[in-house]
Amino acid sequence: MYRYDQYDQAIVDARVEEFRDQTARRIAGELTEDQFKPLRLKNGLYLQLHAYMLRVAIPYGTLDSRQMRMLAEIARKYDRGYGHFTTRQNIQYNWIKLEQAPDILADLATVEMHAIQTSGESVRNISADQYAGATADEIADPRPWAELLRQVTTFMPEFSYLPRKFKFAITAADSDRAAIRWHDCGLRLVRNEAGEDGFEVYAGGGMGRTPMIAPLIRSFLPADQLFGYVQAILRVWNRHARRDNIHKQRMKILVHELGAEEFTRQVEEEFAGFEARDVDPPRAEYDRIAAYFAPPPFETGLPDEIDRSDPDFALWLDRQVAPHKAPGYAIANISLKPVGGIPGDISAEQMEVVADLAERYSFDELRATHAQNLVLPHVRKADLYAVWQALDAAGLADVNLDLVSDIIACPGLDYCSLANARSIPLAQKISTRFADIDRQRDLGELKIKISGCINACGHHHAGHIGILGVDRKGTENYQLLLGGSGAEDVSAAKITGPGFDEDGVVDAIEKTLDAYVRLRDPGERFLDTYRRIGVEPFKEAIYG
Amino acid sequence: MKLLLGNDLKTGAVVWWTGRDWSLHVEDAMDVGEHGETIARAEEAACRVAGAAVIDAEPGEAGPRPAHIKDRIRALGPTVRPDLTLKPADPSVGSWVI
Ligand code: SF4
Repeated sequence: MYRYDQYDQAIVDARVEEFRDQTARRIAGELTEDQFKPLRLKNGLYLQLHAYMLRVAIPYGTLDSRQMRMLAEIARKYDRGYGHFTTRQNIQYNWIKLEQAPDILADLATVEMHAIQTSGESVRNISADQYAGATADEIADPRPWAELLRQVTTFMPEFSYLPRKFKFAITAADSDRAAIRWHDCGLRLVRNEAGEDGFEVYAGGGMGRTPMIAPLIRSFLPADQLFGYVQAILRVWNRHARRDNIHKQRMKILVHELGAEEFTRQVEEEFAGFEARDVDPPRAEYDRIAAYFAPPPFETGLPDEIDRSDPDFALWLDRQVAPHKAPGYAIANISLKPVGGIPGDISAEQMEVVADLAERYSFDELRATHAQNLVLPHVRKADLYAVWQALDAAGLADVNLDLVSDIIACPGLDYCSLANARSIPLAQKISTRFADIDRQRDLGELKIKISGCINACGHHHAGHIGILGVDRKGTENYQLLLGGSGAEDVSAAKITGPGFDEDGVVDAIEKTLDAYVRLRDPGERFLDTYRRIGVEPFKEAIYG
Repeated sequence: MKLLLGNDLKTGAVVWWTGRDWSLHVEDAMDVGEHGETIARAEEAACRVAGAAVIDAEPGEAGPRPAHIKDRIRALGPTVRPDLTLKPADPSVGSWVI
């Protein structure tokens, strides 16, 4: 894992003191809310429905036990004993006091964490494949590149006042677990025939009001030219963005309006200038960073056999555990989606359990996923039973990865000031309706994603089944969408028809899934059936 | 009727204008009539609240009930964590919000 050097630490510490001063001046009345708001947002501090909300960055979703314990301590000391993992692999606290926010940031800085650029018109937390460095299906760990990008895009003056927010996602695997084409810039690390590493570059994706899937604009960018190319992308957008119209400021609109070809031409033209000036960091800097991500000292000669005699453990094993690149090891997924629970929420005590497990069984590493779950990336197969027992005792052993109850839901109207409708109660009702694990397994891979407003933090456009909360004359209403995907088979979900109230949309999902069970061919996931037969049979089932 | 609400500047807690001061409880809120904006600007300038806003509400026996669900959720707390609301022991609060 990356560790701060003296410069990183000095920058973060200085930022804490700067914010302490800004907060004191706000409380003393020397700054108005209009003056203070952009300053607090640059430090991840929002004002939500019930209190201030602090969003803490977890770069590329990677953290260690020391950091997780600090997140638990913050939950207990400054909040109400829990946190909420988000779809950008960050964590949010919902009950923060302004007067304590600088102390929280100071505590975070002691474990090399911060909330910088988790809000505002900046390059946001860079998200990544949660299996990076562990999975067998990647060509290399992409996180050194993510860290390099994080460093060069943090506080860079040219990127400090962007037209809007800008989101990167990075992977090095064939399976896209990071939804890269739904990002302003998606990067896939690939290797060419000469054995050189480079990136497929996708640009102009995004959700929100206008969903766009990013087109490929470069099929092989030599990896050590990444920063120059990214800078060219940001500069073209910065130059042409519609700063006059909030709905048209995101880069996806520019790429769409210029067309991918013309946008690419301009980026390449700009890039030629950067290339000539050789702006990329020297290879030694990449090597310095990459050294932090060297694989942990995996033992060799470990057995691959696992004792499956406990049937509950065997169920968990089959659902929550993924193959690891090292023989004798496995990737263990921790569900934060208990039936009837709040997706992504975790108590301080549970955080500590997970931190202990990471320290003891996973080379002190943890991952947060964009699907609001956690991962122990490097567990010896022989230790899986002990891990499962500890998770089970902590209420963290649900068996639903990628099933109907593994629902992504944004905070919605229960917490978020921009919301039109509540998301969480809907997720709770759906997971309760489909609680039966045999039914869930029969329904197979199914990604339900719920957003409480058009901003789409709950990724409804990328849901096999997406739900969007709208405000219909002061009452909550829900639109149902079908057919989206955030994976390598990316697609945007389409609205089925008129919306529903809360119970109505749960019924509509049940009708949709009953139709799927009737109409599927052997081995087909819901998404496969939908793509084969189209929306009409489902509309008929829902509205007919 | 019109109510004035805001977030306490230091704690962020949702507070309601009572006519003299701010209260955590919507039951204490008074009808601000046409004066809401003026009070809001003065209270914001005095750094007591942030995000002050005038909202519609209906009078009721138990006190005012905000017209919009968002403001009722603000008055009570998150519907999904009844233990964290202002009335954790009251089983009827759900129907008050919805
Ligand atoms: S999608 Fe809307 S309601 Fe949900 S968290 Fe984002 S802004 Fe808030």
